[in-house]
Amino acid sequence: MNRSENPILKLEDVWVRYGTAPVVQGVSLEIYPGETVSVVGSNGAGKSTLLKAIMGARAAYSGRIIFEGNQIQKKRTEEIVTTGIIYVPEDRRLFRPLSVEENLFLGAYALDDEERKQKNLEFVYDLFPVLHSRRFQATATMSGGEQQMVAIGRGLMSNPRLLMLDEPSLGLAPMLVDEVLDTVRKLRERGLTILLVEQNVREALEISDRGYILQTGRIAKHGSAKDLLESDEIRKAFLGM
Amino acid sequence: MTVETLLAQALKALVSGLTMGMVFGLVALGLTIIFGVMDIVNFAHGEFLMIGMYCGLLTYSGLGADPLFGLPIAAVVGFALGVGCYYGLVQFLLRGPMIAQLFGTFGLMLFLRNLALLIMGADPRGVHHGALVGKSFVMGPGIVVELTKLTAGIFSLLAFAAVWWLMNRTRIGLALTATALDGQAARYMGIPTEKMNAFAWGLGGTTVAVAGALLVNFWPVDPNVGLLFTMIAFTTVALGGFGSIPGAAFAGLIVGLLINLPPIWDAISAFSQWPILTAGEMHQFKYSFVYLAFFLIMVLRPRGLFGWKY
Repeated sequence: MNRSENPILKLEDVWVRYGTAPVVQGVSLEIYPGETVSVVGSNGAGKSTLLKAIMGARAAYSGRIIFEGNQIQKKRTEEIVTTGIIYVPEDRRLFRPLSVEENLFLGAYALDDEERKQKNLEFVYDLFPVLHSRRFQATATMSGGEQQMVAIGRGLMSNPRLLMLDEPSLGLAPMLVDEVLDTVRKLRERGLTILLVEQNVREALEISDRGYILQTGRIAKHGSAKDLLESDEIRKAFLGM
Repeated sequence: MTVETLLAQALKALVSGLTMGMVFGLVALGLTIIFGVMDIVNFAHGEFLMIGMYCGLLTYSGLGADPLFGLPIAAVVGFALGVGCYYGLVQFLLRGPMIAQLFGTFGLMLFLRNLALLIMGADPRGVHHGALVGKSFVMGPGIVVELTKLTAGIFSLLAFAAVWWLMNRTRIGLALTATALDGQAARYMGIPTEKMNAFAWGLGGTTVAVAGALLVNFWPVDPNVGLLFTMIAFTTVALGGFGSIPGAAFAGLIVGLLINLPPIWDAISAFSQWPILTAGEMHQFKYSFVYLAFFLIMVLRPRGLFGWKY
C-alpha cells in the first residue's frame, strides 16, 4: 500500500447522537484509495450510525468528515452521492415493487453518461448472472440473497469512488454469507475502495486490508486486518477463542 | 315510453358519464400524484381547479380569446402554483406532525378561496362563446352530445396518457416513483427528493388546472366551486387507490357513470310503469351514489381498486 497518498476518506473526531444519547463518540478513521477497510463490532456499537453520518443522513454535530480533500459533513445526502460515495444500506432498501433492472438504473441516477450506464449494467450482470435472468422480476418477490445482490449491484451502477457496505451478510443463510463476502473480495481485487461494516468479525477481517474495532461508539482498536485477527483481545471478545 | 327512448336515455347517460368521468379522473389525478409521492393530502386541490377555471374564463372575458387558449395558460399557472405552494408552505409542513399537514393545506384552501372572492367577486361566471361552446351533435335519436364535454373528455384522456408516459417511460418519472416508495433510499441513489416533491406538486397543479380550464367551457365558476370537486376528487382517489394513475382514470369513469345514473333511473321507472322516483327527485341524490360506492370500496377493499403503496 502506498501511504504517501492522501486518504480518500478521513474522519476526524466525529460525534453523532440520537436525541441526546451520543452513539458515535469521537471516531477518527482513514481510508486510502484501493483499500478495503472493515469497521467491526457488536450490535449497537454505532457502526451503521457512523456510515449514515458519512452519508449526511445523520448529522455529525462535532468533528470533520473529509472526502477527497473536501469537507462533506454539511452536505445533503444526494450531493454526497454525486461526489462518489455510495452507501448500500443494511436493510437493503430496495424499491420493492420495481424490477431488478429499474432498481439498477436508479442506482445510476447520478450518472449522466448513457454508454457508461450500459457498461455498468453489463458489469453487474457479469458479477451476478442470476440477476440477468431475473431482470424484469419485481425485487419484492426475490430471496434475501438475491435482494442483497441487487442492493450491491445498484451500488456499483454509478462508478463509486468509495463503496460503503452496511452489514451485507445480515439475515442471510451461512452459505449466502460466504457468497456475498466473496463478492466483496472480487470487488476488492478489482481495485475498488471499500468500507465494510460487519458483525461477522472474522469473515470481514479476512477480506480486508485494515480494520477498526468499534465499541460503544469509540474505536477500541485498529490496525492491519492480520494483526487484529491475531490479537488476543479480539480472539477473546469476538471470535470465541 | 318506448324501448327506443329508454335505450337512447341510457346511451346518453353513458356517453355523458364517460366524458365527465374522464374529467373527474383528471381532477383526481393531481391529488393522487401528490399523495403518492409524499403522503400528504392537499385540501386546497379544489381551489387549484378553481384557479384553472378562472384561467380559462379570463382568457375568454379578459383577453377576448377563445377559452381553449386558456389550456396552456392554466397548465403554466397550475405548475407555478403547485411549485410555489410546495416551496412556500408544504416543505415546512412536512417537518411537522401529521396534524400540521392537514391544517396547513386546509388553511391554503381558505386562503385561495377568499383571495378569489376578493379579486373575482362571489357571482358565478360562465363562458358563453367559443369554438366549442353551445355546439353539439346528434349521435342518434334523442342522443345529443355537447362538444364541450366531449372535448373535455378527450383532452383528459390525452392528459392521462401523457402523465402515464412521463411516470413510466422517463428518468424523472422513475425518480418520482423511487421518491414515492422510499425517500431516504432515493436520496442514497443521488435523487434530489426535495426537487422531486416540488415537481410532483407542479405536475399535480398542472393537471388539475387543465381540468379546470376544460371544465369552465360548460360549468360556471365561482370562488366556492372547488368544494364539490375536492369531495369528488377525494372519493375518486380513494376508489382508485391512493397514488395510482390508472386507478384515478378508472375511478373517475365510475364516478362519472354513477352521477349520470338518475336519467337512466327515470327512464326505467317510466318504462316499467312504476314511477316511484323521477329523475328530478333522483338528482337530489346523485352524489350519494358516489359515496355509496366509496363506502363499499372502503369496506371491501380499503386500499382501493388499484392501490399499490398500501
